[in-house]
Amino acid sequence: MAEKPSIHGLVADFDSPERLMGAIKAARKAGYSKMEAYTPFPIHGIDDAMGAKQSNLGYFVVCGGAVGMTIAILLQWWTGAVAYPLVIAGKPFFSFEPSIPIIFELTVLFSAFVAVFGMIAMNGLPRLYHPIFNYSGHKAITDDRFVLIIEASDREFDATATRDFLAAQGADKLELIEA
Amino acid sequence: MAELSQTVDMKERLSPALTTGRTPSYHDVTEAVSIVSEVATHRNWYIALAITSSITGMMGLMIAYLVATGVGVWGNNGPVGWGWDITNFVFWIGIGHAGTLISAILFLFRQKWRTSINRFAEAMTLFAVACAAVYPGIHVGRPWRAYWLFPIPNEFLDLWQNFRSPLLWDVFAVSTYGTVSALFWYVGLIPDLATIRDRATTTGRQIAYGIASLGWRGSATHWKHYEKAYMILAGLSTPLVLSVHTIVSFDFAVSIVPGWHTTIFPPYFVAGAIFSGFAMVVTLMVIARWIYKVEHLVTITHLDNMNKVILATGTIVGYAYATEMFISWYSGNPYEKYAFMNRAMGPYAWAYWTMVSCNVISPQFFWFRSLRRNLPFMFVISIVVNIGMWFERFVIIATSLHRDYLPSAWGYFRPTFVDICTFFGTFGLFLTLFVFFTRFLPIIAMSEVKGMLSATAHEKHYLDEAVAASEGKEHVGAAH
Repeated sequence: MAEKPSIHGLVADFDSPERLMGAIKAARKAGYSKMEAYTPFPIHGIDDAMGAKQSNLGYFVVCGGAVGMTIAILLQWWTGAVAYPLVIAGKPFFSFEPSIPIIFELTVLFSAFVAVFGMIAMNGLPRLYHPIFNYSGHKAITDDRFVLIIEASDREFDATATRDFLAAQGADKLELIEA
Repeated sequence: MAELSQTVDMKERLSPALTTGRTPSYHDVTEAVSIVSEVATHRNWYIALAITSSITGMMGLMIAYLVATGVGVWGNNGPVGWGWDITNFVFWIGIGHAGTLISAILFLFRQKWRTSINRFAEAMTLFAVACAAVYPGIHVGRPWRAYWLFPIPNEFLDLWQNFRSPLLWDVFAVSTYGTVSALFWYVGLIPDLATIRDRATTTGRQIAYGIASLGWRGSATHWKHYEKAYMILAGLSTPLVLSVHTIVSFDFAVSIVPGWHTTIFPPYFVAGAIFSGFAMVVTLMVIARWIYKVEHLVTITHLDNMNKVILATGTIVGYAYATEMFISWYSGNPYEKYAFMNRAMGPYAWAYWTMVSCNVISPQFFWFRSLRRNLPFMFVISIVVNIGMWFERFVIIATSLHRDYLPSAWGYFRPTFVDICTFFGTFGLFLTLFVFFTRFLPIIAMSEVKGMLSATAHEKHYLDEAVAASEGKEHVGAAH
């Protein structure tokens, strides 16, 4: 194991999503694999271009929904038929028809919780520090800049060669950032 | 040639004017939206806050009086056990529905024009649900026991709720709706809060917006999970919003009271909710886009589209009134028939015909394009529609209850000053929340508008190429 590099990577700053996409495609072609893009809004097709896998948040949400549904069924059955059976208007203690609204609501509620907190967790948030904050222009990312980082841990990474490569992709600004 | 002109036409349709004037740059969008929360607080803001919070304070006093004295301070009395409390509850819940429709359903239908109004409309949903939530808690008689609405184990009584009752379904539907709307809204806010954090010039703002944005960096990985979560939430909210007013309508429809016991209630309530909600969005948007100078982002086309939705849903509501009347005759049930005759010609006829003129007749003006694009006109109509929708709930509740089967149990509901002041106070709460929202949070979803500008530019480029290619082909054809 090599010791942790003190350089996080090389930042290339672009002025449009098209330039950024071009650079990502070129970098993949040139053999770089450890990269990350930072953009003010989601860019269609960027995951495919970077070779990133699809988000698997959906599977967790389905599980969350199933848990919500189970809780709703058990809650209504147990309270109505076991813990506190009470005849009301001659209706059965438990049946599915009147239970559907609450089954539906709790399924949605649990799914939504998993979708939101799952997304936050999968993004590793909340997080106070990240190397990208060392980039002098990082504050413009949430405004109108499109940034590509090729990480120093990439096998192909070479401070000079990578700099020349990214400059050729039309980057307006290049900067080495600390980890 | 026909093919060519179709392509050009499609270009117009694919890219309706999202913005007016010069296409703004990404930075222009950031600037126009963020500046609202960055400039020094205007004196008028304090004046607005003073007015709205005083009205909210009055609501607080009314509620305190109610709690201290009892529900007798309201006009509710046999046979009208549900009065303004439930009317106002249903009214506010309905208002909220437009926000979810804009944020979720129009998102799934890829309606791009929603992007510059969705944040505002979602905020409206949350605040409307907050106003609605005032009522179930205080109308139960002993508000300090309101938590008994929820299935929380209680040792000393050892009771459980009756899950076969639509009133309990309502508790679950409304609390789920409030929670999911808040989550959806917050998820949409995260990237924009990060934008404001990065523009912050003081440490206080940096810390406040830094915490609120959770350290959002806008990396491709972030956006990947974010977009997935947003899509899932839209998918969940769509059936949810339809279920909420359906279940609210079950409060009535599942009972056996003539005038309530009808199967048309769920779709009719949902259409009415969207109708009133869109009207409220128009009312607020006409003012907000002017105050905050975002007329180029929330264009007259947006308002035009919303007015079309008002026209469509208003017509559905009118159709539902007609169906109700028809069925009361066609069912052959004398009680049903009496309930509806009494509604239209009994002591509450004034309320019924106010409802019909506001809800059925007034939106019909929106068949005319010039009226749909006329700001003062739509402002007036949007208020008229909400007056009408309030009356709809009042008519449904009061007219169905006030004449029981025996004439000895007949009565007439009159609101007391506590009823009136509490309802007026909920508007104070609604507006106070808005005053805070527009001051501290981005009222337009910046990242979404930027994404849409980028996609539109991309699309134009693609279509320009397609047009150029087909023109080229014609040239080739001509050469042959």
